[in-house]
Amino acid sequence: MSDAPTLDVRNLKTHFFTKAGVAKAVDDVSFSFKAGEVVGLVGESGSGKSVTGFSILGLVDPPGRVVSGQVLFKGKDLLTLPKEDLRHLRGNRIAMIFQDPMMTLNPVLRVDTQMVETIKAHDSNVSKADALARARDALGQVGIPAPDERLRSYPHQFSGGMRQRVAIAIALLNKPDLIIADEPTTALDVTIQGQILFEAQKLCRETGTSMIWITHDLAVVAGLADRISVMYGGRIVEQGAINDVLDHPVHPYTRGLLGSVPGHNTRGQRLHQIPGMAPSLLNLPQGCAFQARCPKADDACHTEPAITEPVSGRAIRCVHPHLNADEEIGA
Amino acid sequence: MSEAMLHVDNLTRNFVKRLDLAAKVAQKFGADVREEVVHAVDGVTLKIPKGGVVGLVGESGCGKSTLGRMIAGIIPPTSGSISYKGTELTKMSSAEFRRAALEIQMIFQDPFASLNPRMRVLDIIGEAPVMHGIVKSAEMEDYVCEVMQRVGLDPEYRRRYPHQFSGGQRQRIGIARALAVKPEFLVCDEAIAALDVSIQAQVINLFMDLRAELDLTYLFISHDLSVVEHISDRVVIMYLGRVVEVAETDALFDAPNHPYTQALLNEVPRLDQRGIDYTPVKGEIPSPLDPPPGCHFHPRCPHAMARCSAERPVLREIAPDRWSACHLNDET
Repeated sequence: MSDAPTLDVRNLKTHFFTKAGVAKAVDDVSFSFKAGEVVGLVGESGSGKSVTGFSILGLVDPPGRVVSGQVLFKGKDLLTLPKEDLRHLRGNRIAMIFQDPMMTLNPVLRVDTQMVETIKAHDSNVSKADALARARDALGQVGIPAPDERLRSYPHQFSGGMRQRVAIAIALLNKPDLIIADEPTTALDVTIQGQILFEAQKLCRETGTSMIWITHDLAVVAGLADRISVMYGGRIVEQGAINDVLDHPVHPYTRGLLGSVPGHNTRGQRLHQIPGMAPSLLNLPQGCAFQARCPKADDACHTEPAITEPVSGRAIRCVHPHLNADEEIGA
Repeated sequence: MSEAMLHVDNLTRNFVKRLDLAAKVAQKFGADVREEVVHAVDGVTLKIPKGGVVGLVGESGCGKSTLGRMIAGIIPPTSGSISYKGTELTKMSSAEFRRAALEIQMIFQDPFASLNPRMRVLDIIGEAPVMHGIVKSAEMEDYVCEVMQRVGLDPEYRRRYPHQFSGGQRQRIGIARALAVKPEFLVCDEAIAALDVSIQAQVINLFMDLRAELDLTYLFISHDLSVVEHISDRVVIMYLGRVVEVAETDALFDAPNHPYTQALLNEVPRLDQRGIDYTPVKGEIPSPLDPPPGCHFHPRCPHAMARCSAERPVLREIAPDRWSACHLNDET
């Protein structure tokens, strides 16, 4: 495997031009990663994490538009690629898994029809029998019992967790280099989520597929990802290796977010809470989007913070990063 | 433990899908159609002490919401009893029952569906206390302002409609509505599940503050074990309509007894666990329409024996104040 990044997103900006004004859903987002890496893209609702995923695949609908930036997939810029070429990549080299598997699956077609279609759309030379065999293998790979029978079922005959597995199996069919997973386990129960995480992890380790795992749940990312990007108000505010960011968060938002997760050692104590609520993307303040809720904010925050690397391997956007490791989380 | 404020005894709720005319005719002609019965809650016994916070955990379809709704008096039980402050709800006089129904309030999961979109916040919060004679209608506005302040809402916004608020604020309106009738017992059904992490922390803190200020008792229903661990004194684990384990929070999280609890704790993603190797529980949650015989968990259980598929394990005390329903505890 070469060291060249599988995906290199540079200064991506996706804006929505609505009657109420311009919503900068993704504003100057850059990240890249290598083959086999899992990147967690974490943020609260409205932080732009899903739109980032959609922008990479060219799935942003009007009034939204990718305004500028580059999405380099193995050196090719997806944003300037002709539609037809992009169609060849989508579902083939790059696949997407959505939160609601019913969005991916056609309710009136049997699973085998949908899976064979996915294979044939990208390689018309495959015989039907070969395509079916590949579909069955993919179902088996994601842990669906009795794949031969299940191929002939309709989506409504599956439970929620099984449906999500079918969606993942379809994403796997053409052995993609990159999978974008948008909150794939949010609607699932804990034990079923564990099963899906297990399959995802196995997949990345065995096939070298890279994955972007978009979620609001820091704990899920903690167990799965190699690197993490935290988004707030359309921008990535902190990114780095998972252990570095979670153990020594530098951006005040990341620190606040980590402090507000209940868990093992927090019983009987008050949780740290970030005051206020997330700003509307239509109405972001000048400069840092987090300033109104930030304990360290001052006049310097009114100008847009540049990306800096105060600690090696860590990119953050903050004028007042927490560099002193002894500072209490949330302080 | 102090005297139980709420005592649920052998409570059961079935939902029956009755046969329609065509099915009845088909049955007459010998077709194999039967009424479908879901045992949503199947013989649950539970005690909640005054001032306590009991966390009720389970996956979808385990009957936790049905149980909460029965306690809040929204749906009647099929059999079994609910006693509140020592008196059974069905044996109360109508005046007593009305008072009990006021004292037990419920907070719902979806702050979008549980508020009337065409009512102003002032009326959403103020309607019930005026109706029940807690405040005079002339004093209603002041009273609402006071309640709004208590849950961290700006009383300036009292003339607004629910759609003008964010999710977290709406959940606060739901909490204010419940608090306005001066309840003593709150049933919170997934009350924070729909909120963002930073807003979740605010609402959890609000619940804890209210508990201290107003001496409230909670039944906290959630699928999120981390939240339950944070907030509860006692935890009840349910699986397919039955209680499988009850224990003090620390005891349960330190050493879960029931294999289902162990599996559940194993699955919960935690911040301090990195790059873990997932070892998921096999199998799916069975349909409550057709639960497996004996112990409901046996098809997924790594320790299942012949007895587990034949005999229903009873919930019994395995250590002081520690209950579990598993045949393994009879071995050794």
